[in-house]
Amino acid sequence: MSSIQAWTLFFVILSFGLYLFIAIRSRVADTAGFYVAGQGIPAIANGAAIAADWMSAASFISMAGLIAFLGYDGAIYLMGWTGGYVLLALLLAPYLRKFGKYTVPDFVGDRYSETARFVAVIAAIFVSFTYVAGQMRGVGIVFSRYLQLPITGGVIVGMAVVLVYAVLGGMKGITWTQVAQYSVLIVAYLIPAIAIAQTLTGIPIPQVSFGRILQELDTLQTSLGFDAYSEPFTQRPKIDVFLVTLSLMVGTAGLPHIIVRFYTTKSVRAARYSAFWALLFIALLYTTAPAIGVFSKFNIIDDVNEVARDDMPQWVDNWEAAELVTVNDINGDGLIQFTGDEATNEIVIDRDIIVLATPEIAGLPAPVVGLVAAGGLAAALSTAAGLLLVISSAVAHDGYYRFYHLRLKPDEPEPTEARRLLVGRIAMGGAVIVAGYFGVNPPGFVAQVVAFAFGLAAASFFPIIVLGIFWKRCNAKGAVSGILSGLIFTTAYMVYTIPIYGGNPHIAGISPEGIGAIGMLINFAVTVVVSLLTDPPPAAMQELIEEIRYPGRPRLAPVGGDAAAPPPAAH
Amino acid sequence: MDESQRRAYWRRNLRLMIILLSIWFVVSYLFGILLVEQMNRIVINDFPLGFWFAQQGSIMTFVVLIGVYAWRMDKLDDEFEVSERDEGGRRV
Repeated sequence: MSSIQAWTLFFVILSFGLYLFIAIRSRVADTAGFYVAGQGIPAIANGAAIAADWMSAASFISMAGLIAFLGYDGAIYLMGWTGGYVLLALLLAPYLRKFGKYTVPDFVGDRYSETARFVAVIAAIFVSFTYVAGQMRGVGIVFSRYLQLPITGGVIVGMAVVLVYAVLGGMKGITWTQVAQYSVLIVAYLIPAIAIAQTLTGIPIPQVSFGRILQELDTLQTSLGFDAYSEPFTQRPKIDVFLVTLSLMVGTAGLPHIIVRFYTTKSVRAARYSAFWALLFIALLYTTAPAIGVFSKFNIIDDVNEVARDDMPQWVDNWEAAELVTVNDINGDGLIQFTGDEATNEIVIDRDIIVLATPEIAGLPAPVVGLVAAGGLAAALSTAAGLLLVISSAVAHDGYYRFYHLRLKPDEPEPTEARRLLVGRIAMGGAVIVAGYFGVNPPGFVAQVVAFAFGLAAASFFPIIVLGIFWKRCNAKGAVSGILSGLIFTTAYMVYTIPIYGGNPHIAGISPEGIGAIGMLINFAVTVVVSLLTDPPPAAMQELIEEIRYPGRPRLAPVGGDAAAPPPAAH
Repeated sequence: MDESQRRAYWRRNLRLMIILLSIWFVVSYLFGILLVEQMNRIVINDFPLGFWFAQQGSIMTFVVLIGVYAWRMDKLDDEFEVSERDEGGRRV
């Protein structure tokens, strides 16, 4: 076993042990604990948990590499995956916390109608499953690269760990584990970045120092036939950069696994501060990623361009063995040229290796490499757990309790708390197994679908939740027509343009990733028009909306009274 | 809170929201995307300014915007006596 493998194993076992220890400490005994952690999470802990939930295997492993190869245009991810928190904090979080239920379909169903609740349940399950398959896959990949475990074995180990803490502790266990996972992943991300910034520029703050390298990199790239790194709109036209950024931002604010986090805080005020802490913690990684992108790109060009095949650094050989780097001396001059022209370029580097290979490229010691592997696992597991909770709550709370019991069998006695908790745990266990299956056998379209999940979330949930809070006149007919028209329009354009289905050229330069922004506008417009043409919602509903706009003790019992509604003491 | 106080609270909340969302739009969509070429002619601390807003400045501004929102809303809640406090009068 190499020293890198030994260190990786050490950090993986240490961090997994920590997660299991936390899980046993935060077992829950009721549904309020299982779904919303008993509304007892302090703002700063909730912020860290949201950050870990948010930053997936893709954020941790792939984003810096993606930016390194996109240059300026990588900004769509940087702004798109952070700006949504401003919308969440100002437009959604405080009001949903005051509303105080368990899930996103709870709000949609109580505010509008049972039809709307049903559509919301389906959308929440669909969006979450497309995401979670990718996370389980990420766990498998990290295990296989660092510990030579087969991907299936890696997925099963990851599933077993998630199963223990998610089934035992529900939202409470997941939240406190995510606080630990955030700590692991951010340390693992920052240490190599700081070390490289220090080596290359003498200033250990990557955010400050990468400007210096940027200038050199621009010159270097231009001389090799690439576009300058900071040159805008080389990959996508301006209109598309605008729309993709907007889709990702609004999609962020419409994703159920993030929205539901704001139900778990102690107060409305804590929901606002949770959003602040969450974005602060996310920004630590998201402002570091573009620096890593620039440093790595510069290091790579410096390491490999005009170097003889046999003088290549060790990392090239390591990753060539994993088939993620290909070297081919096309012109036979004995030196390798890295150029922007496919016909003469002699080295191809997979974007996904940038973060994982960065410590090796920068020559950092083995413990750091092991720590980065543990960080990647933390990112994947924490996101998976948050998504699994949304799936199990959609099935057990919205499906079994709210729909099956309250709607279809209203005459039967109320299921006991213990029974509802058991159903929640069974749904969680089932979701873990299904997610694991998709991790081992990923459907071919997963990678694309994850990007599109944002567009679909933007075009469906966001407009009707915002209008539901800010516009009392908005009614159920409007909301259902809005969701459906937004979803149908967005899906139709995606199917029309995605290579494996329609493969038609983009209209006006708008990519399928950016169409959700247009779908959102259509949803807004249809909801408003249909609401105005139909009857206003009943007075009791308008009173509910009035109620969620102000913090403090509720004046009335919430509409659609729920036996499990949190006690007033929680406010 | 009576009816007129409620309306006043809500108006103040909306005004704060609109100001903050305007800044949100300006730093990201205006400086970072629509005007990026013009902004890039200005270089500060080795960064072309448009590029900096797109990959650094807008994210930092977002954090500050949420911080300002949470802080101003605390003040507003106090002023209208709707802040959430425990028996000891501490914020929760």
